[in-house]
Amino acid sequence: MDRFTVLEAPALALPAANIDTDQIIPGRFLQKPRDGSLGRYLFHDLRQRPDFPLNRPPGRDARIVVAGPNFACGSSRENAVWALYDHGFRAALAPSFGDIFFGNALKNGFLPIAMPPALNARLLGQLAGRPELAIRIDLPAQTVTLPDGVIHGFAIDSFAKDCLINGLDELDYTLSRMPEIAAFERQRPAS
Amino acid sequence: MFDKIWSRHSVATRSDGQVLVYVDHLLIHDGYAPAFDVLRERGLRVRHPERSTAVPDHYIPTTSRDLGSIADPEKRAMVMSMKRDVEEHGIQLFPLGDPRQGIVHVVGPEQGITQPGIVLVCADSHTSTHGALGALAFGVGMTEAAQILACQAIWQRRPKSMRIWIDGQRGPGVTAKDIILAVIGRIGASGAIGHVIEYAGPAIAALSVEGRLTVCNMSIEAGARAGLVAPDDTTFAYLKDRPFAPSGAAWDAAVAQWRALPSDPGAAFDREVRIDISGLAPMVTWGTSPQDVAPVDGVVPDPDTMTDPAQRERARGALGYMGLVPGMAMGEISIDRVFIGSCTNSRIEDLRGAAVVVAGRKVHPKVEAWVVPGSTQVKLQAEAEGLDRTFKDAGFAWHEAGCSLCLGTNGDLVPPGQRCASTSNRNFVGRQGPGARTHLMSPMSAAAAAIEGRLADVRTMMERR
Repeated sequence: MDRFTVLEAPALALPAANIDTDQIIPGRFLQKPRDGSLGRYLFHDLRQRPDFPLNRPPGRDARIVVAGPNFACGSSRENAVWALYDHGFRAALAPSFGDIFFGNALKNGFLPIAMPPALNARLLGQLAGRPELAIRIDLPAQTVTLPDGVIHGFAIDSFAKDCLINGLDELDYTLSRMPEIAAFERQRPAS
Repeated sequence: MFDKIWSRHSVATRSDGQVLVYVDHLLIHDGYAPAFDVLRERGLRVRHPERSTAVPDHYIPTTSRDLGSIADPEKRAMVMSMKRDVEEHGIQLFPLGDPRQGIVHVVGPEQGITQPGIVLVCADSHTSTHGALGALAFGVGMTEAAQILACQAIWQRRPKSMRIWIDGQRGPGVTAKDIILAVIGRIGASGAIGHVIEYAGPAIAALSVEGRLTVCNMSIEAGARAGLVAPDDTTFAYLKDRPFAPSGAAWDAAVAQWRALPSDPGAAFDREVRIDISGLAPMVTWGTSPQDVAPVDGVVPDPDTMTDPAQRERARGALGYMGLVPGMAMGEISIDRVFIGSCTNSRIEDLRGAAVVVAGRKVHPKVEAWVVPGSTQVKLQAEAEGLDRTFKDAGFAWHEAGCSLCLGTNGDLVPPGQRCASTSNRNFVGRQGPGARTHLMSPMSAAAAAIEGRLADVRTMMERR
């Protein structure tokens, strides 16, 4: 997993609420092999519209998604994270996220940041006028700097933060705690 | 009840407060290739093969049981690699052609694998279904599934609790699907993010286990981690004598344990919602989120009357995609396709309910209508009862079990611009195919729509009998 520390990049603004993982990558592409090229299926059907912001700069080169509430709700497909990642995205900012997507993202070097609705609206407002403006995310400091200089401090579980900063994955850590799992299995009534 | 299950499965706590939760059973479908790839890359074995069950559902054809008939080599490879992976690790498989095969969320309860008090996980968001039997059941991604295969446990932040108390009595033609659509309409698609919902109250107690499975199935459509219903005599009667349920003395011991699971009176929840379903009409969606619901005898809402600007904008977009005009009667919406199936509504009671509406009638000539039973067991049972004849005589296509048109991974799709009355769980943009327009509803309502060629109030159709 790639390390994540500081990211300063333009954003893809998708102001709608409830953008689901079926829109991020439609079901008919879920069998496509995970070879680093899933970015071509990202927002596949929405991209058929020439004016979809991913089709032209700065959206095409964006590395951060800024979306409305409940971003990436619906299906558990981890392909949604992989498609975003393969396209070059490393973070998403939204008032809230689908729970399963949120967990999947953190396990793939992708940082989802929940931000207050009013601040999210402010950010979307700034990007509506100047979509090329960059957003700065500082994970060690746990801050997001909006284009207008407003700084938002965000919360993140310390474990997930360490994994992102050091490029570690959770599986190795869980394997290191196998003795506790074995002990749990021994003391537990048979079922 | 959630607290009891959670604490009994807590193995350890991490510095950030996340809990390592023991997983009693992992369900596997034909999309797990990325999870087994992780094991292969790291040279890991499955810790407890006996704690997993595999069944193909997403990529299989529903017109035959022949893998060779899957035209797309990548889709065929998904089913083949599942077979190879689970055989390599000694995991039990209900393969294509096996009488136990079906949609993973139909098979688990049907086989008695899903039991009260267990933690059950599957890399599929509709794993919430299994909570209907009092299991803590939730969906995960493939990376997490790989971890469960290797370790039999998974890190989770303790979710918040929400109780949805449902009062009142369902009228004729009103089903569990209508209840859960009304719930999502009320709390919204993000209303339960971070929560486990416990459904309770007289209207839930009165539901069969199959109805409760439908309700819990769509918990995820309100954003919830999981849905739960307290196990009761209805649950025990359903589970008794199922192939994987305990038997003999073990059954009595299990029931005694299960009886102690329900929440204590006075148990506190982080959030409580009460809904009275007296007088509830059959519910149908008009938009592109499961929260976009209206009574079938109502009208398409007018975005201009919505006070929240974001909501107004979203509703306008949804109506544009759906090709609908504000104020139009729901009953005037004509349809092209009908899909009775999916892990939400493909069980025997669903098919019986639809068959009552269909019996002696004909599918509207412009409509293509399918029944896709949720499992081979459901299909065989329906055929034993003659329901297949009822459907086929009316002009329905009678399919083999699988996920099919709910999400189209197997190639079953609704053509662009066509409108489908569907008993599935998601009316998302493009869910049933690019440009496809989905209206979610109950099997009875879908049957009524098939006959009338438009959305129709099943209550008036039943009165005409």
